[in-house]
Order: sequence, then C-alpha cells, then structure tokens
Amino acid sequence: MKAGTNLEKILESGKFAVTAEAGPPKGTSPAVMLKKGEALRNCCDAANVTDNQTAIVRMSSLAGSVLLKQQNVDPVMQIVCRDRNRLAIQSDVLGAIALGVGNFLCLSGDHQKFGNHPTAKSVFDIDSIQLIQTLKNMRDEKKFICGEYISGEVPMYIGAAANPYADPFEFRVTRLAKKVKAGADFIQTQAVYDVAKFAKWMEMAVDRGLDKKTHILAGVIPIRSAGMARYMRDYVSGVSVPDEVVTRMEQAANAKEEGATIAVELIEQVKEIPGVHGVHIMAVSWEDIVSEIAKRAGLLPRPIL
Amino acid sequence: MITITEQKPIEEIMQSLGTAKKVYLVGCGTCSTICHTGGKSEVLDMKEKLEAAGKKVTGWMVVPTACDELTKYALEEQAGEVKKADAILAMTCAFGVQTLAMFTDKPVYPALNTLFVGKEEAPGQFIEVCMQCGNCVLATTAGICPLVRCAKGLLNGPCGGSVEGKCEVSPDIPCAWQLIYDRLAALGKLDELEEIVPLRDWSTSREGGPRRITIE
Ligand code: SF4
Ligand code: SF4
Repeated sequence: MKAGTNLEKILESGKFAVTAEAGPPKGTSPAVMLKKGEALRNCCDAANVTDNQTAIVRMSSLAGSVLLKQQNVDPVMQIVCRDRNRLAIQSDVLGAIALGVGNFLCLSGDHQKFGNHPTAKSVFDIDSIQLIQTLKNMRDEKKFICGEYISGEVPMYIGAAANPYADPFEFRVTRLAKKVKAGADFIQTQAVYDVAKFAKWMEMAVDRGLDKKTHILAGVIPIRSAGMARYMRDYVSGVSVPDEVVTRMEQAANAKEEGATIAVELIEQVKEIPGVHGVHIMAVSWEDIVSEIAKRAGLLPRPIL
Repeated sequence: MITITEQKPIEEIMQSLGTAKKVYLVGCGTCSTICHTGGKSEVLDMKEKLEAAGKKVTGWMVVPTACDELTKYALEEQAGEVKKADAILAMTCAFGVQTLAMFTDKPVYPALNTLFVGKEEAPGQFIEVCMQCGNCVLATTAGICPLVRCAKGLLNGPCGGSVEGKCEVSPDIPCAWQLIYDRLAALGKLDELEEIVPLRDWSTSREGGPRRITIE
C-alpha cells in the first residue's frame, strides 16, 4: 500500500470504485463540509475536495479535506498549479499528510480569467504532469524537488485528470501515458456524455496497457436542468454534451429526475467498457443525488475493506 | 521585433501629471511611431488634449529612437523648452521613459503602456512571441514558444481545455500546444511529445532583480 487510503484499498483490490466531489464553501463554515460529508459518506469510497475550482476563491482544499476526514469520508485533496509555486505546494502536501490526508489529485487548474479574481497573477511554476512527478518523488524517494530529504513518512495515493474530449484527440492517450509514467496511481476523467468517443479513447489506452498501470475512473456529471445542459454544451470548454442529452432534459417533465436517470444510464454504459475501474460522480452543489444515482446504478452498498 | 505600446487612458495621464502645469512632450520615431502611439501626429493630438485641459506645452519633439543614448543629445538641444517645463510626458515605450529619466532631472511620466516585445503577423497586427525567459525551449517545441503563447505557460501541453485548435481562455486565441502538435506532426517528430519535460529553472527569468550581462 502506498497510502492505505480507502480509495487505494478499493482500487487495488480490483473493486469498481465510486468517487464523488465536495466543493468547499465560499466562507468559513465547517458545517457545509460536514453536511456534504454526511450526504456522501455511505455512497462513495472517497470524495474530491476542489481547490478554488473555476478560479473562484473558496475554503482551501486542505481544510476541506480535513473536515471530510473528520466525517469519515476519505478525501481526495485537489491541488492546482495556478495558485501555488513549488514551495507552497510541497509544504501543503506535508501539512495535509500530517493531518491524515492520503489521496491527492494533480491538476493544472482553470485559468483565472474564468473566476472571481480575473486580475490575479497566475503561478504555473510547475505543470500538472510535473506535479505528479513531484509527489511521486516525495513519496518514493522521500525527497523534495531540490533533492533534500523529507523527514517522516510520506504516504500518498496520487491521482490525475484526463479529458478524452479535448483536442488533439490522438494526443489524449499520449497525455494519459505521460501522466501514468509520471506516477498517477488513478485517473479521473472529464464528464462522459459521448460514450462512443470515451470508449474509443479507452480502447487506445488499453492498447497501450495503461489500464494495467493505473486505475481509470470515468467522470459523470448529473445535470440538474435543461439550462445547465445547454450551458455545459455551449460554454464549458472541454466538455462535450450531445444535443440529444440537451433535448432529453428539455422535454423531461421532471428535469432533476431525468438528469439522475441519464447519469445512471451513463454509469451502466461506462461500467461495461474494458479498463474502466470506477466512476467519479461530480454532483456540484447537488451532493444529495449521489446516493440515489449510486443506488440505482447498483453500486450500493459500498464495500467496507 | 518591436516594442508594442498602447496609450494610457487620458485620466491616468492627467493624474500622473497632477499639478504640473507646463509639460514637454517626447515621441519616438521607431516602435511607438509604428504602433501609432507616439509618432508626430499622436504627439500633436496629445498637445491639443493637454492644452484643452488647461496645461501649457512648452515644446515637443519626436526623437529617432527614444531608448538610444542619442536621446541625451536631443534633450540637450531642446534644453530651453525642457527647462521651462514642470514635467516631461513620454509617448515612448518604457525603455524610452527610463532613458529620458536617466538624462534629465525633470519628472518623466509615461503616456503609454508597454505591452510586449512582439512581431508583426499581418499589417497592423502584432503578437508576442518571446518573453525573454533566459532559458529557451524552442528546440523541443517546434519553434513555437509555449511560455508566451500558452495561457498557462505549460511545458507538457496541451491541457484539457484545448478544443478545435482554440485555447480554453478565448476562442480568439489559438491553442499554442495545438500549433506545436501540428508542426511536430508535419516534421514527423510527434514522438518527442511522449517525453516528460521536467521542472523548469526559472532563476534565469524575472526572479532576481534586473538581469544584466557584460559582453566582452
Ligand atoms: S522559451 Fe519562449 S520566452 Fe524563453 S527565450 Fe525561448 S521563445 Fe523566448
Ligand atoms: S488550451 Fe492550449 S494554449 Fe490554452 S492553456 Fe491549454 S494548452 Fe495552453
């Protein structure tokens, strides 16, 4: 075991994993995280805590992760390269480990232009692939980037993201391979709606043997309304929502119900694709639905290891 | 290669000038003339605006190249009018502003924002292609600079926001890494993208005060 987290145990034992997402509040209240922890505790194996997602300032992912951990939810602490340089990132990782966080997800981070501080100076001292490498080196060699030794144990289970829908398509598997080579133990993908394209990407990943070297979790974003479906189709770069999904949402008598049904169907489909080892359900500000979706998709109860 | 400038808002210029009543104007015959920010006609426009705002313009000149040492002699030639002024307003890039400040004891205020060192892509269209990072990576990026042309300065791109050749930041910005990918593909060198580019040494960049070098 690299970190002995619940997520690692599930994935390494070959079980189909379920991860979820819990965004920290735009404020100081721990109650928000506790409530999300409550909603997610029994329906996922671990929950990602986002790091100033979409460049909007929120409670830190480190604090959010600790709050989830106190709720007996295994946190996946997200780290973006936009806001911190190599010193800050390494020190946060040390602190997170000291406080019991074991899973880390390495991301570039959305550009600050999209957030609520568009005049900020971004950092990008290192990129997401170099961040994976950095964490792996901290864990396996017990060394900082500069080569000096870290005192104490450095248990970490290292994750990264992948977007099969970004361009150039042929490069997407190369990029995945680079992340695996850098040390990604697990991968969470961008939301899947176009299953055929995702399956093609998975096939290329399996051809390169990447499913044997990492655990790929397919991303699922349940859609709450027709407006959200249209917004994601038209404005969210790197997400591909087919018109058919938008139409279904528009015609549904109960949009939330339909959104959950679409998510369940997607999970059932991606589960059958060779090499997929789990799903990552990102129900942003709709954590309550995760349990229903997981249940209807036959993923409950979660195994206790 | 030219230094690209744009004029600051007139309110900001007025604020910089503050109580300075009498102003001497300097334009530049090189980069800011090409950018239409500090050539003769822009200097005369500015003169009018200042006068309309109740300032007195004691004189003006467009020096051939404001960043050049010769600016010193131009100032000396105009000593009479410069002396009468409370401040100099420089319609030059920041190199020119700093050169002027070296050779006069009058306060020198910038009328322009210096945007970047760029090249002309098409008539009147300028693009930044290098930010003088001090540790050039063009050898592995098909001659396209990822530090300035990728919105995140990524070395292992393209990131997950690259769609149909455009950067996630704006549909008007080509994704630098798509450009690099296409050029490497044309060169038959796509396999180079399999390599992980290690962490960068930024110490050659803007990290330790002004960079200096003495050429023997
Ligand atoms: S890497 Fe880019 S910024 Fe650095 S010297 Fe080369 S072209 Fe200029
Ligand atoms: S879309 Fe392309 S240019 Fe924009 S940040 Fe990503 S890799 Fe860089």
